[in-house]
Formats: sequence, structure tokens, C-alpha cells
Amino acid sequence: MKSRALTPWLLVSPATLLFLGLVVLPLILTVILSFHVYDHSSGIKDGFTVSHYVRVLTDDYYLTIFWRTLRLAALTTLICVLIGAPEAYVLSRMGDPWRSIFLLVIIGPLLVSVVVRAFGWSMLLGSTGLVNQTLRALGLDTVRLLYTETAIVIALVHVMLPFMVIPVWTALQKLDPAVEAAAWSLGASRFTALRRVVLPQVSLGMLSGSLIVFGLSASAFAIPGLLGGRRLKMAATLVYDEYMSELNWPLGAAIAIIVLAANLIIMLGYNRLVETRARRALG
Amino acid sequence: MHKNGPIALFFHGLVVAFVLAPLVVVCLVAFTPENTLSIPTTSFSLRWFEAIFKHPDFVPSFYNSLWLATLAATISIVLAVPAALAIDRYQFPGRDALNGLFLSPLIIPHLVLGVAFLRLFALIGATGSFAWLVLSHVIIVTPYVMRLVMASFTGMDRSAEQAAMTLGASHMTVFRRITAPMILPGITGGWLLAFINSFDELTMSIFVTSPQTVTLPVRMYMYATESIDPMMAAVSALMIALTAGAMLVIDRAFGLDKILVGEK
Repeated sequence: MKSRALTPWLLVSPATLLFLGLVVLPLILTVILSFHVYDHSSGIKDGFTVSHYVRVLTDDYYLTIFWRTLRLAALTTLICVLIGAPEAYVLSRMGDPWRSIFLLVIIGPLLVSVVVRAFGWSMLLGSTGLVNQTLRALGLDTVRLLYTETAIVIALVHVMLPFMVIPVWTALQKLDPAVEAAAWSLGASRFTALRRVVLPQVSLGMLSGSLIVFGLSASAFAIPGLLGGRRLKMAATLVYDEYMSELNWPLGAAIAIIVLAANLIIMLGYNRLVETRARRALG
Repeated sequence: MHKNGPIALFFHGLVVAFVLAPLVVVCLVAFTPENTLSIPTTSFSLRWFEAIFKHPDFVPSFYNSLWLATLAATISIVLAVPAALAIDRYQFPGRDALNGLFLSPLIIPHLVLGVAFLRLFALIGATGSFAWLVLSHVIIVTPYVMRLVMASFTGMDRSAEQAAMTLGASHMTVFRRITAPMILPGITGGWLLAFINSFDELTMSIFVTSPQTVTLPVRMYMYATESIDPMMAAVSALMIALTAGAMLVIDRAFGLDKILVGEK
């Protein structure tokens, strides 16, 4: 009997040890690091200070970057909802084999490295890129797209779209198409049926999709790094620069901890929202 | 009855064009004979593909990433299968907390994990170590493995196990002969998802790789920020071709939508 009680512990212990050593411990060390004193000539020194947090949360330079990060992540999420949810709906109404083919086309790029996709957009949006070539061919003025916030949002939407399509698609799979048809036969217009029957069913999928998209966009690194250039930084590229160029690890750690805290707060808040909605939906 | 109208199809066409545009452009530019990023119009050339193999850094980084992803995915399976078994089959104190711990890398931004690993590795003198890089990737991919393996544990019919047990099979035999074959699709799917995620990982790796252990995505990112020439397009085109090939194989074998979207 005693050995039976030990079995689950034996089974989980290797993974637990690794996760304690490589998730919990490094995070604690990073929190500690963010309170260390940093001196530009001698590096990281012992001694407790909150100056990094104060600086990051009061200095305009950092606040601008945080604000941009939140703004672009929110905009990306909104556009992903507006494109991803209707696209999932259109996909779900397709017949085979088109449905599976296009589902692969939409979610397949998830497997292609983000660096490749960011590079593709930098070629499309560059001053001599395809978009500007088309504009010129049409006799229009060229626009500066690369190294702008627009470029970052376009590429972020491209990378995040599958994360919105997948949960909405999953929600639509559970929806009985006969219910929508019943609404039509009872005299509801197509739009009313969509709004009153389909939308409430997929709103949970849209919520969880938004959560993923927002979280990943706010901490995205490759996209702002390659499409925002040196000047348009977002939170992740800011941390990278603090670590690799400024070598101010404690300050970088403080920003990383703020990013983590913001992420967790938003996730938990969103979860609350989703749970209350789910409860209401279940009656 | 469930036909999409013309407006819906037009919208769908735009979305598909948007999704494919950057990938198509990359593949076209890769064949340019010019020195600049341009879409070839009159002649095609393989010179930029040749350039990759002459470049001293890309091929070693590719093999490095291949090894890293293989090891990380395999170790992750070895750790996650017993852990998932324990969490699915046993009630013990701390079970939910452990489940949360194993899935936590999904909600911790990779940027934060990268910074945290860098601090740990610097303190224990492990910077630049390939073994520690593998372990850091194990952390990142384990949640994906856990979810798929857990799903196959929860979804399986346990009567076959009970029958074997009644017929006198030992715990080990039951696991080896009954349970393992039944969860094999979950394990294979988990391994593949782990491999792909590790192979493509950039944000965490860029903090913890050293010149000797630079992975392919990190190498590409560095190269793309420093110089923009068509070689980058050629590397990207090869990556897209590899991914598409892998996708086809996975799709034939398991159904890609099952692995990416989850069991229905």
C-alpha cells in the first residue's frame, strides 16, 4: 500500500525537479537581479534598490515604449478578431476538400519560422518592395511602410491570425448548423441569425483567441526587431537592447518582470471574464 | 445549403492572399540572379542557394538546431509521459499545482524565460553550454507534449487495461503492451509539435546561445538585422520548403488539424 502511494511522486519527480530548477529558480533569481544596484563602470553590484522600477515607470523613454507595446498589441488583437472570426466562419461553411485545404493554408504558416515571415514582410513593405512597386505602377505616390508601426501591426496580424482562427473554428465545430437553419426558417434574417445564434456560441472562442493574440503580440520580439528598425522599439526588443547593448541587466530584468506581471494580470483578468461569460451561457 | 456567398468568397480570397503573400515573395526572390532583393522577371538563378552552403555559419547552425530540437523533443517525451500518467491516474496533494507548473511556460513570455535562463546560466557558469540550451528548450516544449499526451490518456478506453490486469499482467506489462500503444499517436504528435517549436524558437534562444551554439533562427535574425541580401531569401525559401514537406508528411500520417487544432 505504501509503495502505491509513492508511485505518482516517482512518476512526476523528474519533470518536477527540472521545472523547479529551470522555471521557478531562474524567475526568482531574475526578480532578485532586478533589485540589484547597477553601476556603469563596475557592473552589477550587491545592494538593494528599487531605482530600476522607478526609472522604468517614470521615464518618458520607457513609458512611450510600453504604451506603444500595449497599443499595437490591442490593435493587432482587434484586427485579428475582425479578420479571423469571419474567416473561420467562411471556412466552416466550405465543403470538402476545400475546407481542409484552406484550413491548412491558414494555420500552416504557424509552422514557418517567425523570422522567415517577418523577412517576407520586410521585402513586401520596403521602399522598393512589391506594395510600393504596385503603387508606382498605378501612378500613385509611394508610401513609407517599413520601420513604421503599420508594418509591425501588419506582420503581427499575419503571425497571430492562426491563433484566432483555431479557437473560433473549434467553437464553430461544436455548433449544430441546423440551429442556424432553424433561425432562418423562423423568419430571422441572415444577419440576425448570425448575430443572435452564431455569435454568442463563438464569443468564447473569440475571447480565448484574443487572449493568446494579445499576450503573444505584447511580448513579440522578431517582428518589431525586423520591421520596426532600431528606433521603433517594443517591450521585448527593449529588454534585448538593455541586456545586449547597454549591458544593464538589472534594468532589463526589471522590464522583463513588469512584462511578466502585466501578462499574468491580463491573463487572470481575462480568465475571470471568460468564466463568468461561460457560466452565464450555461444558464 | 451551406454555400458561401460571393462576398464571403471574396473576403476569403483576400485572407488567403494576405496569408500567402510574404511566403510566396520570399520564394520568388530566392531565385533572383541580381544582388538586390528583387523578384526575378527574365532569368532565374540558383546562385543564392549556393551562397548559403559557402557561408561558414548557416550549415553548422542548421545541424545545431536539428540536434537541439531532436534532443529537446525526446527528453520532453521521457519526462512528460510519466508526469502526465501520474496527473491523470492518481490523486495526490499538489497535483493541480504541478499540472499548472508544467503548463506555465505557455503563459510566461519567452522573452522572460530567456532573461531568466541567462541569469541562471551566468551564475552557474553554464553560458554557451549546449546541454543547458537543450534543457531550456525542454522547458519550452514540454507544455505542448503534456497537453497532447494528457488528452490521449483522458480519451482512452481503460477496459483493455483492466482486462489485462484481470488476466494477471503486471503493471509494467500493461503499460508496455496496452497503454503505450494506445497513447502512441499522442506521443508522436507531441514529439513533432515539440520538435517544430524548438526548431523555430527565437526569442528565448537569442538570450542564451553563444557563438558556438547559435541556432538557425537566431543566425537568420542576426543576419537579417545586419545585411539584407537575397541569400536570406534563399535560406527562408529552404525553410519554407522543409516546413511544407514536413507538413505534408504529418498531415498524411496524423492529420495536421488534429495536432494543431486539438482533438475533436
